[in-house]
Amino acid sequence: MKAAVVVFPGSNREGDMARALRQATGRAPAMVWHAEHELPAGTDLVVLPGGFSYGDYLRCGAIAGRAPVMEAVRAHAARGGLTLGVCNGFQILCESGLLPGVLMRNAGLRFVCRMQHLRVERADAAFTRHYAPGQTIEVAIAHGEGNYEADDETIHRLEGEGRVAFRYCDAAGVVGGAANPNGSRNDIAGIYSDARNVLGLMPHPENLIDPLVGGTDGRALFASLAA
Amino acid sequence: MKARVIVTLKAGVLDPQGKAIEGALRSLGVEGVAGVRQGKVFDVELDAADRAEAEAQLKAACEKLLANLVIENFAIEIA
Repeated sequence: MKAAVVVFPGSNREGDMARALRQATGRAPAMVWHAEHELPAGTDLVVLPGGFSYGDYLRCGAIAGRAPVMEAVRAHAARGGLTLGVCNGFQILCESGLLPGVLMRNAGLRFVCRMQHLRVERADAAFTRHYAPGQTIEVAIAHGEGNYEADDETIHRLEGEGRVAFRYCDAAGVVGGAANPNGSRNDIAGIYSDARNVLGLMPHPENLIDPLVGGTDGRALFASLAA
Repeated sequence: MKARVIVTLKAGVLDPQGKAIEGALRSLGVEGVAGVRQGKVFDVELDAADRAEAEAQLKAACEKLLANLVIENFAIEIA
């Protein structure tokens, strides 16, 4: 598994992401600057990390979504290459058109930063093989604009095609109500592309890989990718 | 050529910022405000030969970057 992490001006989770990838794959990922036009030869997985790319000016992820490197990321994804966007990376995937929909301001207006339970909706994607379907995991969330919105037709398509990757839930695995931290449609925390080789999610699995910080539920995602 | 682009949220899209401003106006005692929607204004200087060209350039700017057409509408005003 050869991974590359794209770094935009304002990214701040690339270090955590690199650590998680190194732990799972045994090798450090390439760090790729946003102004590059190509990914390193033989890249299997591209990751867009969290942060505040370009200060989130205009809209979250809008400017990053049109950065030079995104042409290469688009080509990689179109070839079926694995592509992961976390938090601001998810916003960038939506803004670049690699995933449908948009991340709006949290319905409660507040920036939320806390531990959050998620339900793993399926365990047959390249990202989730080391989870069990329906499993409840606990990872971290930290975002002001994580309220997933799309038109009704898109939501129907995502649900019908089984493209919802993770949903917000409570500790017992119950979805909905107060367990939804940001007002996302259908409690959506992450979605796949139609070929399921692109995953965008708001929560941060890369921050839950070490028992020192309170849990290791994020490890299985990286173990799945490394497999 | 000077132009102004106004980007607004589509009707029906939740606008928490507009709602917060609406509530603040109410608490300041400003009467008669039935609703507030927040948008964005871009003042753009163009090197266009004529209005038609300017309009085409601005339309491209909106579709490529300034507006997210999933949730936003745009309007173009050329001075």
